[in-house]
Amino acid sequence: MADKHCDGYLRFTTRNNVEFMVDSADKVQALVDDCNAHGMMPVGGTGAGVTNIVHTQGWVHCHSAATDASGLVKSMMDELMDYFTTKRLPSKLRLAVACCVNMCGAVHCSDIALVAVHTKVPTIAHDNFKNMCELPTVIASCPTRAISPDPAKKSVKINDAKCMYCGNCFTVCPPISIKDPERDGIAIVVGGKVGSLRSAPKFSKLVIPYISNDPPRWPKVVAAVKHIVEVYASHARKHERVGEWIERIGWERFFKLTDINFTFQSIDDFTFMRDTLRTASTFKW
Amino acid sequence: MKKYDTPMLDELEKGPWPSFVTEMKKAGKKNEMANDAVGHLEKCFTTKVGYWKHGGIVGVLGYGGGVIGRYTELGEEFPGVKHFHTVRLNQPSGWFYTSKALKEICDIWDKYGSGLTNMHGSTGDLVLLGTTTDALEPLFAEFSSRGWDLGGSGSDMRTPSCCIGPGRCEWTNYDTLDLIYNLTQEFQDELHRPMFSYKFKIKAAGCACDCVASIARADLSIIGTWKGDIQIDQAEVKNYEKNGMDINGEIVSMCPTQCMSYDGTALTIDNSECNRCMHCITRMTKALQPSGERGATLCIGSKAPIVVGSLLSWVIVPFIKLEPPYTELKDLIRKIWDWWDDNAKPRERIGEVIEMKGMRSFLEAIGVEPQPQQIKEPRKDPFMFYTEEDIAKFKANEEEEKKTGKYNF
Ligand code: HEM
Ligand code: HEM
Ligand code: SF4
Ligand code: SF4
Ligand code: SF4
Ligand code: SF4
Repeated sequence: MADKHCDGYLRFTTRNNVEFMVDSADKVQALVDDCNAHGMMPVGGTGAGVTNIVHTQGWVHCHSAATDASGLVKSMMDELMDYFTTKRLPSKLRLAVACCVNMCGAVHCSDIALVAVHTKVPTIAHDNFKNMCELPTVIASCPTRAISPDPAKKSVKINDAKCMYCGNCFTVCPPISIKDPERDGIAIVVGGKVGSLRSAPKFSKLVIPYISNDPPRWPKVVAAVKHIVEVYASHARKHERVGEWIERIGWERFFKLTDINFTFQSIDDFTFMRDTLRTASTFKW
Repeated sequence: MKKYDTPMLDELEKGPWPSFVTEMKKAGKKNEMANDAVGHLEKCFTTKVGYWKHGGIVGVLGYGGGVIGRYTELGEEFPGVKHFHTVRLNQPSGWFYTSKALKEICDIWDKYGSGLTNMHGSTGDLVLLGTTTDALEPLFAEFSSRGWDLGGSGSDMRTPSCCIGPGRCEWTNYDTLDLIYNLTQEFQDELHRPMFSYKFKIKAAGCACDCVASIARADLSIIGTWKGDIQIDQAEVKNYEKNGMDINGEIVSMCPTQCMSYDGTALTIDNSECNRCMHCITRMTKALQPSGERGATLCIGSKAPIVVGSLLSWVIVPFIKLEPPYTELKDLIRKIWDWWDDNAKPRERIGEVIEMKGMRSFLEAIGVEPQPQQIKEPRKDPFMFYTEEDIAKFKANEEEEKKTGKYNF
């Protein structure tokens, strides 16, 4: 395509789209027509719509993966295709997928993002521990200090009540195992952005804590994302990003409009608790 | 070659969006490794669990970064992915290629690896997925002979990346493409030889739109900005209105600092109150244009949530000029690394170290004065530190006040 229309030049964007550049407006239509005729080169992703989904490695290539990223992306984009080829949303909508809480792909600042989560305390193959792991590193790896030495077993033990399944111990010590086919799942976070237009950059916040892993097409996950996109599309004001819309109407209103069940998981009990609890009696019913 | 039944993956060949499965299968027709990668992936989909093992340490001679070891637990069943290492190639600034260059890369990769790629990783590299330990040296030799080099991995400076900037964008406040090329050349040692306590990412965006997500994904975020007034072309403002834009609704009332007004004939901006957020400029590109001195704001510390929560980068230097040879920035980066080196525990990102040791220690080490632009609001608690020098300074000031009879708060 680049050889035929662009003297062989092309580039990739920060969100992994291909860009073909031409040096005159007359050459655009032929290029677009050719892309469309190709069948596997949808043209879009600009302006107030959905662009390509930034995602991570998944089962294709990472040891940490609690789900597959490419499969989720393909399943979502098949459903959201119209928003890729048109500019009908109030503002741009950035989607992302991370296949574990390491979040290689900047999921933490996207309009809507999926994060694959583990939900069970890791198990430890104690016999291998002393050969494969460094005790201080493993203890230090745990953000909630759930890990302590187990001298009798020449290994470590995990305090179940403190573990929030981040998998960091597993990353530094192979005999620790955290994957579980029936318990690994997907959480959905919304309302983040990276640009500073109008309001400061924002983190995405947790609204749906868990949906079971359901390959190859994760229908419930896809439906949830599409639902949030549609509620946003019909309620936000022009130019408002998802996070700006929600901050204007309030999170209590967001949960009502989307009819998403509010759960304990959405109340921060980790490092951001102080900043995120409500300190005024002025909220909406 | 083994033939795999892939009923799960076949589902992902349906639908209008391009299918990664179709592409993987195409590669699998001519490449054993890619073929086994398809079979291996089908197994993951069927059992709902992954089989990749923790990466071992592999690499090429003289380099500590750029290759990530990857092995599967199922090497017997899928011998083609028994070793399946990732190679990161340093992308060109702005990801500009010729088809000839890409074909060359893919031909070499077909010869030594699976032929599968990620275009690109979220740090920026061109990611080559899947090769064996034996193939690393010859493939590296061949890539280097064509002018390509490896990117970063592990505890090193990761491959820097930038927005398209002057390659196409009229809003850029400095040459992002040149800066990133220049920094990559300058810090080759830090890129290829991991000697930090953890990764360090640098991303350069030409303006506050931040198309490269630097504020969220880079330990050092470089975000272009300007100091002059926004130039207004009133005729173009009228044109936007004529074409259906509600100037008051869409522009004036959405200005975060409320520094604009429009009376139906002329748009005015109180530039001293504008915080350069880019909203109005991006909506009325033809009517509004920044002017005056150009440069960037430097922010530090953003990262993904592991281990104790995500961070967005914090402003440290409100304004720096960015012109070749970028000496001031390079000196500052070296000071940042020195302080990080002195204070970090293993696997601690710079943002985490600043949280532990305090912004003061960091700013003093890199020689930056405290300024209100660095904070959202001042501290809320009274538990601050005073050094002997601080007190001496306060006292000296009060002595001075007694002499002049004039308070200096
Ligand atoms: C001439 C002007 C601009 C150029 C050349 C430009 C270029 C780009 C490109 C090529 C991408 C990657 C897009 C993709 O792959 O889907 C991108 C992403 C992005 N752009 Fe722009 N852009 C421009 C204007 C803007 C404006 C007006 C905004 C804000 C309203 C903006 C904010 C962003 C953001 C936030 C991202 C995504 C970053 C991320 O989350 O990965 N850009 N930009
Ligand atoms: C072996 C397992 C892993 C694999 C296969 C993997 C893969 C990748 C790849 C391919 C990239 C993009 C690289 C580039 O563009 O140059 C990346 C970026 C990243 N990785 Fe990983 N990664 C792994 C482990 C981790 C771990 C353990 C963490 C965190 C503790 C992590 C956090 C990140 C982050 C934060 C980014 C950058 C995101 C950004 O720049 O926006 N990764 N990873
Ligand atoms: S998000 Fe987690 S599982 Fe996915 S590629 Fe990154 S480290 Fe691996
Ligand atoms: S999974 Fe995370 S929280 Fe649980 S023990 Fe391991 S490091 Fe600690
Ligand atoms: S960050 Fe700013 S300068 Fe860079 S491409 Fe985006 S809009 Fe243009
Ligand atoms: S750049 Fe932002 S703050 Fe400045 S005038 Fe425009 S909308 Fe207002």
